[in-house]
Amino acid sequence: MFPRFTLNLRIGFFLATRQIRRTSPWTTVLIISVMVLTFLNLVVVSGMLVGLVQGIGNATRKEYTSDIIISTLDNKKYIEESANITSLLGTIPEIDSLSRRYVEGAILEANYASRKENEKPNTANVQIFGIDPADEDAVTGLAAHIIDGSYLSSGDYDQIILGNHLLTQYILIEDPNLATLDNVGVGTKIRISVANTVREVTIKGIMESKVDLRSRNAFMIDTQFRNMIGRNDRNVDAIAVLLKKGADPVAVRDKLIRDGVTAFAKVQTYDDAQPKFVKDVVKTFNILGTVFGSIGIVVSSITIFIVIFINAITRRKFIGILKAIGIRGQAIEISYIFQSIFYAVIGSSLGLVLVYSSLVPFFLSHPIDFPFSDGILVAPPKETFIRMGLLVLSTVVAGFIPARMIVRKNTLNSILGRN
Amino acid sequence: MIETRNLTKTFKHGNIETHVLKGIDFRAESGEFIAIMGRSGAGKSTFLYQMSLLDVPTSGEIVIDGEHTHAMNQAKRARFRLFRCGYVFQDYALLPELSAIENVALPLLMQNLNKTKAFSRAYEALEKVGLGHRLENIPSNLSGGEQQRVSVARAFAHRPKILFADEPTANLDNESSALVMNIFRELHREGQTIIMVTHEEQYARMAGKIAKIDDGRIISVTNNG
Repeated sequence: MFPRFTLNLRIGFFLATRQIRRTSPWTTVLIISVMVLTFLNLVVVSGMLVGLVQGIGNATRKEYTSDIIISTLDNKKYIEESANITSLLGTIPEIDSLSRRYVEGAILEANYASRKENEKPNTANVQIFGIDPADEDAVTGLAAHIIDGSYLSSGDYDQIILGNHLLTQYILIEDPNLATLDNVGVGTKIRISVANTVREVTIKGIMESKVDLRSRNAFMIDTQFRNMIGRNDRNVDAIAVLLKKGADPVAVRDKLIRDGVTAFAKVQTYDDAQPKFVKDVVKTFNILGTVFGSIGIVVSSITIFIVIFINAITRRKFIGILKAIGIRGQAIEISYIFQSIFYAVIGSSLGLVLVYSSLVPFFLSHPIDFPFSDGILVAPPKETFIRMGLLVLSTVVAGFIPARMIVRKNTLNSILGRN
Repeated sequence: MIETRNLTKTFKHGNIETHVLKGIDFRAESGEFIAIMGRSGAGKSTFLYQMSLLDVPTSGEIVIDGEHTHAMNQAKRARFRLFRCGYVFQDYALLPELSAIENVALPLLMQNLNKTKAFSRAYEALEKVGLGHRLENIPSNLSGGEQQRVSVARAFAHRPKILFADEPTANLDNESSALVMNIFRELHREGQTIIMVTHEEQYARMAGKIAKIDDGRIISVTNNG
């Protein structure tokens, strides 16, 4: 049984190589192009969908949490022992820089000077971050996100940076649940109410962020803000930590946990800190990508089925001759399977080269500018190879079925072209 | 060596039955060269297809080398054809993507000969039919006569018991036909059993016996001088 199968494999391979070698180059190019496009459809469509969401995660990491975020415990108002934690962070060699943040909810009010008595105050709820401007810029590159006015410097008392989503002029579609400030811009004075303190400040700059949450934040210098909220012990609400290139956030997080930081604060990597909805969306988009990919596999299977079926139908006479001179049906079927494998592997391999040498690097350097994320192409090698395997497998089945249908026809009828 | 007993073949098209072979008793001994003749539609090709196991008769028996072929399943018939039969068809029936030598070597490879041996035997066969210089040509680069000679080489390269030929000269000019028939005569001299269907008297006379078929029956078997 086994030697016979080996012989059929040998003959099938012999026939397949000759047929591929002597088939029209245009036919070969056409079939391989279909396979490349199918592979791209399989990998790129789902990869872009996941990349879109991963872009949100990347933006959150880059602009908000950084690599590790240390934040207030749920039952505390701030991070106790902030100074000791900061000292500990200073001893970890993998850490590049950190930004200590005071965070407090506040109400911003604009147009109060011109407001008539019966008019509703123009207010917006906001979280204000008290930051060291240089530290925050080192960790999240905040200065680069200023779209109007200028960034804070350490002596900027009574100055504030507002996220653009706090200003009506930057909102394309009004949301009744999100109040915004009307007719304000750089240089406008607004009023802040925070922790029983009311203070008038000037808008120094407007910042824009891909992270929606960040676009509704405001920023002041830490030295003034901690006084306004009465945080004289200098305990902060959050510390964003940027690691050196190549450092593993999980390893650093685990070290901080081992050193007992979790007694005073939550310690999370950027991945841990991702909001649940982002993780859910990633899962959903992955499923969507798989669905689109499956449709791609079905389409490619049908294409290969049609190509092999037409090939086998037009070669029906020769299949009959092969059978007449004693070539086993299984050997003929195997020759078609080899051809399918050839087209699928060459097509997928070209697709792989295209994805990893061109598309992934291209989208990394030129992400698609979505309002909420910089869309990249995500193609994890393991998943890509699984998809490649699925494509090859489905192509083999799609090539085998029509070959078997033709091989099973009566030998003499095939030779004589009778139905 | 090959014997048919009361062989019949009926084709059905809907309710219409066409009786093409109506009970043929025939015998060919080992080493014989027999020409089967008859007018168009007499049933000579159908008879050849039954004898050569390319088709299954409606009833009757075919015994080759003492083996009753009607009991064979498809796989066994294929194996029988591979090892015991050689075929030459009217339209050459070469595989277009294989070179001349590959066409000839293919049945030898299927017989599990190693590549070197198979190609060496294929080369010998092509040399014998005068095509030793056209080994790597694909069929479309060969003339009709050359293609038929490749087909003949493929038919005898694996040393079959019986070589079946269905109108091997029908598509050829006189010169090519003569070349092919000379090869048949040479093979017959070496002891090859040949059963050939033809409607050309001059080539039938080259065979040792002529069996004439008419209306699905053998009407005469004559020895050539």
